[in-house]
Amino acid sequence: MNEEQKILALLQEVKDPEIPVLSVIDMGIISGIQSSEAATEIKMTPTFVGCPAIDMMKNQIAEKLIQNGYKNVTVLVDFETQWTSDKMSPEAKMKLEKFGIAPPTEIHGDISEEMLNRARCPHCGSTDTTLRSPFGSTLCRAIRFCFSCKQGFEQFKPI
Amino acid sequence: MSATKELLFKMADDALIIGHRNSEWTGIGPILEEDLAFSSMAQDKIGHASALYNILHVHFGEADADTLGFKRTEKEFKCCHLVELPIGEYDFSLVRHFLFDHAELLRYELLVNSSFAPLASLAKKVKGEIKYHVMHADTWMKQLANGNEESKARMQSALNYTWPFALGIFEVTANEQELFDTKIFEGEVALKNLWLERVAAIITAAGLLVPSVSEDKVAYGGRKGFHTEFLQPMLTEMTEVTSIDSNAEW
Repeated sequence: MNEEQKILALLQEVKDPEIPVLSVIDMGIISGIQSSEAATEIKMTPTFVGCPAIDMMKNQIAEKLIQNGYKNVTVLVDFETQWTSDKMSPEAKMKLEKFGIAPPTEIHGDISEEMLNRARCPHCGSTDTTLRSPFGSTLCRAIRFCFSCKQGFEQFKPI
Repeated sequence: MSATKELLFKMADDALIIGHRNSEWTGIGPILEEDLAFSSMAQDKIGHASALYNILHVHFGEADADTLGFKRTEKEFKCCHLVELPIGEYDFSLVRHFLFDHAELLRYELLVNSSFAPLASLAKKVKGEIKYHVMHADTWMKQLANGNEESKARMQSALNYTWPFALGIFEVTANEQELFDTKIFEGEVALKNLWLERVAAIITAAGLLVPSVSEDKVAYGGRKGFHTEFLQPMLTEMTEVTSIDSNAEW
């Protein structure tokens, strides 16, 4: 394993505090890794600009690397590369669905209202669902309702 | 003050102040979904403000985001009057949200092409978030304009009342031309024209009338540091904790 792969493996253990089944790697928020004997720099790009979990993840990433012997660790948050929900890996989307949150639909560019009309209920698998509100319990989730099993559920917003 | 700094300050101040106002619905929203909506939008806006203040900090040597947000005097704020107004009744808060967020979305859509790279990168990110705010606002404009006689009348009155304040968003300042010449931003006049076209189409489609007011009724002054009587009390409340203990953490 080269250094970058080792770091990727370590960061798999750092979870998103709002969705504990997903790591920062699964989420696709790590946008750069540079590491040498003397120093390591990680770049991350947040899912939402105002995401309150950013600082916590930033600290956890630094802590994880320091514990594993990396020196002069810095974690930078920037918007040079913008996160979109398409950056979430296919495995991440499966984990999300199993966790009870409908994964984001692929967007390839800009979101439209039509995209929000497509989501599969994570409880029963029906696609007969509707958007109740584009805002949910966290910035990244919308509230939906399933007509088939008559239950509410959350979807990770396509963004 | 440089033209870019002026642009960043007014955008950040608008976002912080409207964000704080939105948060005033937390816990008292008319229904649970709306309580969550205004609370989420508050969180987004304050995040946007923080990112903009951070650009001022990193690229222009200003103080850090917390200091800029909490330690400046009323006069130093460059927000427009629209965002300062108290939340009022829900019809007003929805109409303000509708008029303000369309302007925000269009502003960030223009800034995607800004020659100032940090702002262009942020704009690419933020516009996706604001789309959800606009979607929320448009839904309620349509719903309530087509609800019953009372809801329609209330939306129209709120629109008439809010309109001159909304036009104040586009107050032109001395440095506009520089922003245009350096391809940083196309300017408030261009933005206003796009906005008028966009909101007028939605208002008309909802069956409401587009207000019109003479230029002398427009709420200007905010961009120059002249504010309504509502800003100072809000700042006092917002900074209550930091003014007691400036190192407070949670």
